[in-house]
Amino acid sequence: MSETVDVSRGLPAHPERATLEGKNKFVGFWVFLSGEVTMFATFFGTYLGLRNGTAGGPEAADLFHMPLVFIMTMILLTSSLTSVIAITAMKKNQFKKMKLWMWITFFLGVAFLGFEIYEFVEYVHYGLGFSTSAFASSFYSLVGLHGAHVVFGLGWVLLLLIRYNRAGITLTNAPKFYMFSLYWHFIDVVWVFIFTVVYLMGIGGG
Amino acid sequence: MVREAAHTLKKSLLWDLLTTVDHKKIAILYLIAGTLFFGKAGLMAILIRIQLMIPENTFVTGQTYNELLSMHGTIMLFLAATPLLFAFMNYFIPLQIGARDVAFPFLNALGFWFFFFGGLLLSLSWFFGGAPDAGWTAYVPLSSRDYAGIGLDFYVLGLQISGFGTLISGINFIVTMITMRAPGMTLLRMPLFCWTSFITSMLIVFGFTPLAAGLALLMLDRMFDGQFFLAAAGGNAVIWPHIFWIFGHPEVYILVLPAFGMISEIIPVFSKKRLFGYTAMVFATIVIGFLGFMVWVHHMFTLNLGPITNSIFAILTMLIGVPTGIKIFNWLFTMWGGKLRFTTAMLCASSFVPTFVLGGVTGIMLAMSPVTHLYHDTYFVVAHFHYIILGGIVLGLLGATYYWYPKMFGHCLNETLGKWMFWIFYIGFHLTFFIQHILGLIGMPRRVNVYLADQGWDGMNLISSIGAFMQGVAIILLLINVIYSAKKRPNHR
Amino acid sequence: MADHLSEPFKKSAMTNEEIMKTQREMRIQFIAFAFMIALTFLAFIAVGAEVAPPGFVISFIIFLAFIQLFLQLYYFMHLKDKDHGWANTFMVSGLVLSIPTIVALILIIGVVKY
Repeated sequence: MSETVDVSRGLPAHPERATLEGKNKFVGFWVFLSGEVTMFATFFGTYLGLRNGTAGGPEAADLFHMPLVFIMTMILLTSSLTSVIAITAMKKNQFKKMKLWMWITFFLGVAFLGFEIYEFVEYVHYGLGFSTSAFASSFYSLVGLHGAHVVFGLGWVLLLLIRYNRAGITLTNAPKFYMFSLYWHFIDVVWVFIFTVVYLMGIGGG
Repeated sequence: MVREAAHTLKKSLLWDLLTTVDHKKIAILYLIAGTLFFGKAGLMAILIRIQLMIPENTFVTGQTYNELLSMHGTIMLFLAATPLLFAFMNYFIPLQIGARDVAFPFLNALGFWFFFFGGLLLSLSWFFGGAPDAGWTAYVPLSSRDYAGIGLDFYVLGLQISGFGTLISGINFIVTMITMRAPGMTLLRMPLFCWTSFITSMLIVFGFTPLAAGLALLMLDRMFDGQFFLAAAGGNAVIWPHIFWIFGHPEVYILVLPAFGMISEIIPVFSKKRLFGYTAMVFATIVIGFLGFMVWVHHMFTLNLGPITNSIFAILTMLIGVPTGIKIFNWLFTMWGGKLRFTTAMLCASSFVPTFVLGGVTGIMLAMSPVTHLYHDTYFVVAHFHYIILGGIVLGLLGATYYWYPKMFGHCLNETLGKWMFWIFYIGFHLTFFIQHILGLIGMPRRVNVYLADQGWDGMNLISSIGAFMQGVAIILLLINVIYSAKKRPNHR
Repeated sequence: MADHLSEPFKKSAMTNEEIMKTQREMRIQFIAFAFMIALTFLAFIAVGAEVAPPGFVISFIIFLAFIQLFLQLYYFMHLKDKDHGWANTFMVSGLVLSIPTIVALILIIGVVKY
């Protein structure tokens, strides 16, 4: 496995897959994400199976507020776009621009997380504790799992940004930033289904 | 001086094994750890059979019996069979595809240590308030916070950790086989062991993640007062069996597919012929892998989920017989007209075929949802899945051990001892489990610790226990063989 | 390991053609984003307006969610590009294998017997 990357002409057009190491990470991360799909599917299925089991506690229609969910959705969708811009900048070897957009992605993520925590606190005040009902447990575990993924993603990108603050785009860190962006898009995909299946279906009856 | 040198050598060897990221050394680690867990769970099986040897035995209490039974199943599936297969996968996948190592050597080591410490955590339950006692399936509400002790917490956490390790290794194998094949090693030239390992790894990725989700739910339910499974708060107890078997059925194929691969390596060698129908074998493997995910409800026929549901899953289950049948015939045709040489490895591989067919036939019987109510929860089921797991996976593993041992350790295992081991094991295996078919059909329920005398069960249970002891002797013979062969090996160096 | 792995680069090796292609791709991604925003609006309006029966609205918004899934996977995550064969294989397998899981957990949990 002699790694022969032509570096004489500058950063390769696909720096994330230029080395075997990068290619391995790229394939491996996609495999990991496909496993995440089935894991989230299990949580979604559990929520959908139990969402009417409110046991006299608060119901979905009483709790969910469209404006809040809408704002959260917009924030996360936008952060998905900003990470796309960052990765495009990475491919063009524009390190400063990539850093800037990654930081924007990070702060949008933090904003999203803030709203989610606010939301959970509100619901608990409203009387929906984790063990109030099967609906509550499955709601908190599904949305909480997504929130945990957001937390992990934020910690990840923060570490990358701090560690490679001055490094420039290299063949070592390009795969890492790229994988983070894949992860972030995946979180966004999951949220698309959460706002559809959990919130909108909760408000829209059915 | 010499002693000192030997001492440092020993120390450095241990240190080397503890810190290694080399795929061959990790394979040895998997082999050692898997054998330890296999021995532990095998001992439990012997204890179970001692308890059931005579009617109304008081050898162990009911509680201890439940713990033995649960731990036997859990350890055998998660911590014995999986790592033993991973040992061979780790060692031979890079060699067979011509790669220097696996794709992520560090993650490979990490996967092993996750598996090992997860298993250790599970085993620690014996010393901290009792082992899990709700069976390896841990059905709710038996495993819920109201009915099960702290052992189930060890079960949930230990399996979560070791499952994470298994998942890491699975991803690692997949990437290795995708990106690191030697030039010219196209997908349809990969040895069949690689192919089955590839599909197994795929099943791990899609099967262990639902398990992680299910274990997380059970953990939230037990430790944080979740309400997923309790009907009183709107929960539903059927959720757990669904999630467990969405993982649990593919798990059977996760284990048996690499064994299929091993058999497909051994039989052509000792028949002096090419493997018959390579492409058909590959596609049969893929189809088995896919169908493995579509049949899990057949474990839940007696939960009364409705006639249409049961019919659909009964038909899908029987469909699996088709690709499996293709494989069986391909092995037979490989042997047909070949120059057969019955070494120990070949004895294991060729006896695998009829044994596995027996397990498959009882599987079809169990898949018939109208009559499954008769077999359900009897020893018939126990006999069926032991024919698959012992007669399928363990025979494959034993064959692979004899076949690949020289490659791994530089010397052969003794053939005479090997043949003794094989015959004692094979006769013991059939004594133990064939009779359990009949025991089940005349009504002996599984998972009971005592039974009354004079129901026609006494003699058969005694025979079954004698068979179990014979299998124990056979495994001890294998260990003796390892030591004996190492002592007797020719000194090339 | 060779040094070039941790060395930043002075310039990009992209040819003019590749730069053009990237810019075109960027434009497509902006369009995809606009679509996603529009779809999100549509989904919220469909539920908020309360004009259609719930059964229809639910199927409609789930359909919209699948379009967004497609846009994210194939445009933002580049699944449509070449060299993504294996990524496609695994992602599609994961999605396909998720369907029976979700359907079973909704329908066959013993509440209604089919």
